[in-house]
Amino acid sequence: MTTRLLPWLFVLFMAVGPLWLGDQYILYVLTSTGIFIIGAMSLNLLLGYTGQLSLGHIAFFGIGAYTSALLSLGFDLDLGGAEPFVLGPQPVWVAFLGGILVAGLFGFLIGKLAFRVRGAYFVIVTISFAQVMRMVALNWVDLTEGPMALNNIPPLSVWLPWDGVIPLYKKEYNYLLVLAVAVVCFLVIQRLVQSRVGRALVALRENESLARSVGIDVTRYLVVATVIAAGMAGAAGGLYTHYIRIVDPDVFMFIYTVTMVIMVVTGGKGTLAGPIVGGLAFGILPEVLREVARPEVQWIIYGVAMIVVVFFLPQGIVPAVKNWFAGRRKRLAGTALGLRKETSA
Amino acid sequence: MSLALDTADAPILEVREVAVHFSGLIAIASMSFAVPEGEIVSLIGPNGAGKTTAFNVITGFLKPTGGKVLFRGTDLTRLSSNRIAGLGVVRTFQRTSIFAGCTVFDNVLTGMHRQGKAETWGALLRLASVRAETERMRAEVAEILAFVGLSHRADELAGNLAYGEQRLLGIAIALGADPKLLLLDEPAAGLNPSETEAFMGVVQRIRDRGVTILLVEHDMRMVMTISDRVVVLNHGRIIAEGPPEVIRANPDVIQAYLGQGVKHAKG
Ligand SMILES: Nc1ncnc2c1ncn2[C@@H]1O[C@H](COP(=O)(O)OP(=O)(O)OP(=O)(O)O)[C@@H](O)[C@H]1O
Ligand SMILES: [Mg+2]
Repeated sequence: MTTRLLPWLFVLFMAVGPLWLGDQYILYVLTSTGIFIIGAMSLNLLLGYTGQLSLGHIAFFGIGAYTSALLSLGFDLDLGGAEPFVLGPQPVWVAFLGGILVAGLFGFLIGKLAFRVRGAYFVIVTISFAQVMRMVALNWVDLTEGPMALNNIPPLSVWLPWDGVIPLYKKEYNYLLVLAVAVVCFLVIQRLVQSRVGRALVALRENESLARSVGIDVTRYLVVATVIAAGMAGAAGGLYTHYIRIVDPDVFMFIYTVTMVIMVVTGGKGTLAGPIVGGLAFGILPEVLREVARPEVQWIIYGVAMIVVVFFLPQGIVPAVKNWFAGRRKRLAGTALGLRKETSA
Repeated sequence: MSLALDTADAPILEVREVAVHFSGLIAIASMSFAVPEGEIVSLIGPNGAGKTTAFNVITGFLKPTGGKVLFRGTDLTRLSSNRIAGLGVVRTFQRTSIFAGCTVFDNVLTGMHRQGKAETWGALLRLASVRAETERMRAEVAEILAFVGLSHRADELAGNLAYGEQRLLGIAIALGADPKLLLLDEPAAGLNPSETEAFMGVVQRIRDRGVTILLVEHDMRMVMTISDRVVVLNHGRIIAEGPPEVIRANPDVIQAYLGQGVKHAKG
């Protein structure tokens, strides 16, 4: 009962707390952290549940960001024919969904690839994939404006009964929107991993031969997971692009993938709450440090904090807390049993 | 009576002139044998004879260099291992093979994959049919765990089980996949005599449920007690085939294989 209510209480708290504080800077930090947490949750589906390490995960994020930006701004494309292909600006939500779709499509291709190249090779291929995307964004200037970046991207909009359709310029609305998308992504992942499909994914992680021997089409389920993870990362990218309202090739930087991996691993990979806990910790930490330390010291503290967590809690924070509670319950039950024995004796 | 004749005519599994070469090494030269429906057939032979290789070929983990494997008339050599399992040909592994990081219960539930239909959309929407299916499957997991005697360990992590329990769990996972033909690769390896005894009972009860069994086993007492028929493999060739009494008396077999066993038994 309480364990069922707890996540919803947390969501309620997150929805009300920061707005009540009313601090614009805190809202900004939480919104960008929330966007990254969505990315980390999607990465967790691959890394935590199927056990595949994709170090190019930011590529899906960037593809979502660019696709959504381009669709909402409109673009023309010289395909070598007589007339260039021209697409006018699309409604922002159409653009946002387009970003998810295109990211999912790339997820499909990478998922197919994952079964041809395994292990270290897969890691290298995914890193290269993100790098290639960055190169494309840098050099296809006609489409992406290259290093000049895509500017003036319209914000997402929402329909409110009392105002009609309004664009979301306000930080409060953006924050709530990110929270809502995060909740949806969480529910999708939760339902998936607790289902027959999720068990197939975990089976692939735990023992691929055994999974195949009982009839699990591991290739297929890995592709399903990659498509969903890529689509979610694309959604995070879309949120980012319409929130910051500018996107440049740096969105594909390797460091962002690393950040997501850190969030997943410290929080606890293969757990539902892991990316959220790790994401909040390592998303907010730099901002806290910024207040108290010089930049180089900030990064040293950040690195040390990460190593300490990984070293002392190799499974991550969430499993460690769970084990501690389980152990305590067992000890309590043990003493209770001991007492009963004493009284009966 | 006529039924028995019919099944004898149409074996559930037929291995036809299967050959396996590993870059020069001939693991299986040419192997042909049949498994009649409803029987326990044992495939025996000294270490390195090619038994596990034969299992790998039958279950699609290895493409043979030549030959065919027919399951109820379907050639398995063209199919992927998960498709073969989907037809009801399920194997266990010589080295203990479980989902170590999952609970015992979830291990068997995962084994039941092919008995479920729920796919991504059904799972995301929590359709009533999916919930009903999960309920059904959970009930069957409990039944399978009771069958192999692991009910009391249901919530334990599989990796924490004792060795013998892990061997049993391997079989429970395979049973979850609802096999028509079950291939057991040395299920009793490393077990003590009383555990082996219990295992014999389990294997026989599986057969009594209507599952045909192909067994690879070094424990001769187990093989000779529970088999309806024995196939002897040596250096990648079949050197004898028949009921246990006949095999026991076959001089070639004694020479190639049982001789060792007798020596072991005496020593
Ligand atoms: N993947 C492989 N590559 C190369 N050689 C292999 C491979 N698998 C098996 N072999 C060889 O094929 C032969 C048969 O091996 P196999 O594992 O089938 O024997 P087995 O009868 O199961 O033996 P055991 O009783 O020890 O399990 C052995 O000589 C082995 O070394
Ligand atoms: Mg073997």
